[in-house]
Amino acid sequence: MGNPMKIRAAVKDGVTEVKVLMQHNMETGLRKDADGNLVPAWFITEVKAQHMGRTVLEAQFGQSVSKNPYLMFRFKGGAAGEKITVSWVDNMGDTRSDEAAITA
Amino acid sequence: MTIRSGHEVVNMERRNALKAGGSFGLLALFGAFGLMKSGVALAAWNKPAFSSKTMDDALAAMGAVAPEANSVFIQLTVPEIAENGAIVPVTVVSTIPKTEQVSIFVDKNPNVMAANFVFPEGTESMVTTRVKMGKTANVVALVKADGKFYRTAKEVKVTAGGCGG
Repeated sequence: MGNPMKIRAAVKDGVTEVKVLMQHNMETGLRKDADGNLVPAWFITEVKAQHMGRTVLEAQFGQSVSKNPYLMFRFKGGAAGEKITVSWVDNMGDTRSDEAAITA
Repeated sequence: MTIRSGHEVVNMERRNALKAGGSFGLLALFGAFGLMKSGVALAAWNKPAFSSKTMDDALAAMGAVAPEANSVFIQLTVPEIAENGAIVPVTVVSTIPKTEQVSIFVDKNPNVMAANFVFPEGTESMVTTRVKMGKTANVVALVKADGKFYRTAKEVKVTAGGCGG
């Protein structure tokens, strides 16, 4: 299920700027816990952002992306009130999808 | 290009199959589905690249042999010194026409490739994210534009590593 993302999208001069903060541990698989056991790799592998059903960004992540990944990007178009949907998949097969309305 | 030629092959197969009968038509349809699936897989998570331990291996896995160095049209913004290697902000802006993809690497991390971004038509060729750095290393930005690869790099001095342990 994953934890909810924070998505902010604002349109200015015909360009929509999207900021996404995902909640995910992004375990590298190289870290050891207090007992010296390796913590298994657990990280987001794919991210997709869509505006009204059209893909505006696709990303693939490795273990080197920070915990609680942050993304900022811009696309042409978008109007106040329209929806941005961001979804991710992690290496354990967990997924999460959230949406936000574009603000002016 | 492969997909297009694939479709042509399938269309021909399908034409023949339609002549031969319905069951072959179905087979051709399955064939088309298989091709579509493999086409999608190409854009998906690139395991060899993300598992690469060296920059050379990662670049090879990305299909980027000897990318051209370009620090004028690729703006890579990273801090000079990162007090916390767990959160190092990275911004890549490419002004190379027809930029379609930006990848970010940390050359001394155990797995060097951090992220890959694909920009569809209409999306600006820029992105900001945050990466982990185990120690002082170069952050490398690889840009694919019009099928060609370009790169630039900047060193970030890390005072406290960001990979736990």
